[in-house]
Amino acid sequence: MPKISGWSLIRFYTILVYAFMFAPIVVVVVLSFNPEQFGSFPMKGFSFRWFIKLAQNQTILIAFKNSLILGSLTAVVSTAVGIMASMAFVRYNFPGKNTLNTLLLAPIMIPEVILGVALLLFIRWLQQPKSFALLVIGHVVLTLPYVLLIVQARLGGIKKEYEEAAQSLGANGLQTFKEVTLPLLTPAILAGMLFSFTISFDDITATLFWATAQNQTVPVKIFGMLRNSISPEINALGTVMIVLTIATPLLAGYLSRKLSRGS
Amino acid sequence: MQSKRWKPWALLSPALSAVFLLLVVPVCFIVVYSFWLRSPTGADIAAFQFGNYAKFFADYFYPSILLRTIRVSLESVALCLVLGYIPAYFFYRSETRFKSVLLLLIMLPFWISFIIRTMSWINILGDTGLINHYLIKFGILSEPLGMLYNEGSVLMGLIQYLLPFMILNIYVSLEGIDKSLLEAARSMGCTEWQAFKEVTLPLSLPGLSAGSLLVFVLTAGTYLPPMILGGPKNEMIANLIFKRVIGTLDWPFGSAISVVLLGLLLIIVWTYNRYLGINQIFKSLQGE
Repeated sequence: MPKISGWSLIRFYTILVYAFMFAPIVVVVVLSFNPEQFGSFPMKGFSFRWFIKLAQNQTILIAFKNSLILGSLTAVVSTAVGIMASMAFVRYNFPGKNTLNTLLLAPIMIPEVILGVALLLFIRWLQQPKSFALLVIGHVVLTLPYVLLIVQARLGGIKKEYEEAAQSLGANGLQTFKEVTLPLLTPAILAGMLFSFTISFDDITATLFWATAQNQTVPVKIFGMLRNSISPEINALGTVMIVLTIATPLLAGYLSRKLSRGS
Repeated sequence: MQSKRWKPWALLSPALSAVFLLLVVPVCFIVVYSFWLRSPTGADIAAFQFGNYAKFFADYFYPSILLRTIRVSLESVALCLVLGYIPAYFFYRSETRFKSVLLLLIMLPFWISFIIRTMSWINILGDTGLINHYLIKFGILSEPLGMLYNEGSVLMGLIQYLLPFMILNIYVSLEGIDKSLLEAARSMGCTEWQAFKEVTLPLSLPGLSAGSLLVFVLTAGTYLPPMILGGPKNEMIANLIFKRVIGTLDWPFGSAISVVLLGLLLIIVWTYNRYLGINQIFKSLQGE
């Protein structure tokens, strides 16, 4: 470690920032085991009471199912569309390339409220009802920029020579993609899918505009529950979400390492 | 391989049509709708008039929400800079082997439910929350301190959400600094602080400004933290849009407010891009 005067202060400050970042997360997990009627301090023991209550709550289970289906569909569509576009940006030169790339990344900078109102207004003008399909296409627009960023970074790191070698050996375009590009791209595909799944699973603001009572997602459901007060059930639900969102990337990382070692 | 001109367009067509149909066209609809009229029965009537904008700027009420949105966004940028620079600098200079783990940890909240992280501040700041509970238990307070539903609690939620963006942006630009420049400064007799002030800080400005723009834009459009952690006096412009569109179904007026917000952000992003260039932002997001 470099010898700097005040370095220990810098380290202490950093620890405080970490504490600030993780305080709300830790508190949710701790309180979810509190058997008390109200989701607040002090802790009066340790119980799984609210988790059991949660597992019996039919509307939350339905919301979970909705969120899982929505997240998976979003991940598949968004990653497929994103990979095709990234191939075009990384492997080809064409007029207007930079402008189009910026246009496709624009949704990151546009507030979700605007995206929410805009798409809803458009659907209304087309005289279509709010539906599950609206949620899927909306979430694809929300997640596509992130997929593009991740896949492009990865694709830029794959040497063109591999593809050219395959083609000089007689492979056609599709064969090259299937045999060379795709296997090299697998980590990026997994990362893109994971990212878009998590963003979709998590999204609240735009989803509040697009969801109906029939197709509520988990965050929309939590939002509705918060109208009353913080019940201990919300803390339990929060703990489940935290565990899921941490476990999924870890599991995916583990699986992809195992897969790449196997092949 | 480059001979087939149509190929990149074929690959791009799904993404382009998605963004065009689901973003560009709908945003144009907002602009068109903002000139429409709302009949007393609640139906929308096609028109071209500026009544909705006139209503927005008619008295102090709506502009004050716009000004508050700008103020809160600036506050959130300032706080993220103060809270984010030192950890980013720590990552840059630290030689601990846990560096990658520490970096991963600061990214972790990205993965954790936004609404859960936001509402959990109620667990901490509320009347029966963590802080009040212990302050009363140790006899420092006799009555709970009202820490929720004000601008401070809204900022807590905002910063917890935005700080990783700022830290990441600053860290990426710090990492790009050639460390031999620092050694040169030191060997010429600069103190550690002088070397920081004259070399490191100026060279990290691109990341600093990119992070600031991102934090400003994300705060200006924010809906959830003011909704959950703020009171009626902390409403921001996104809350207003939601209330007008979903609450009172006043589409023309809601569209006009959306155009005002969009205009504000466009001015800021355009100015930024003109003087500093926007691509830095996407570069550091790629580092994730």
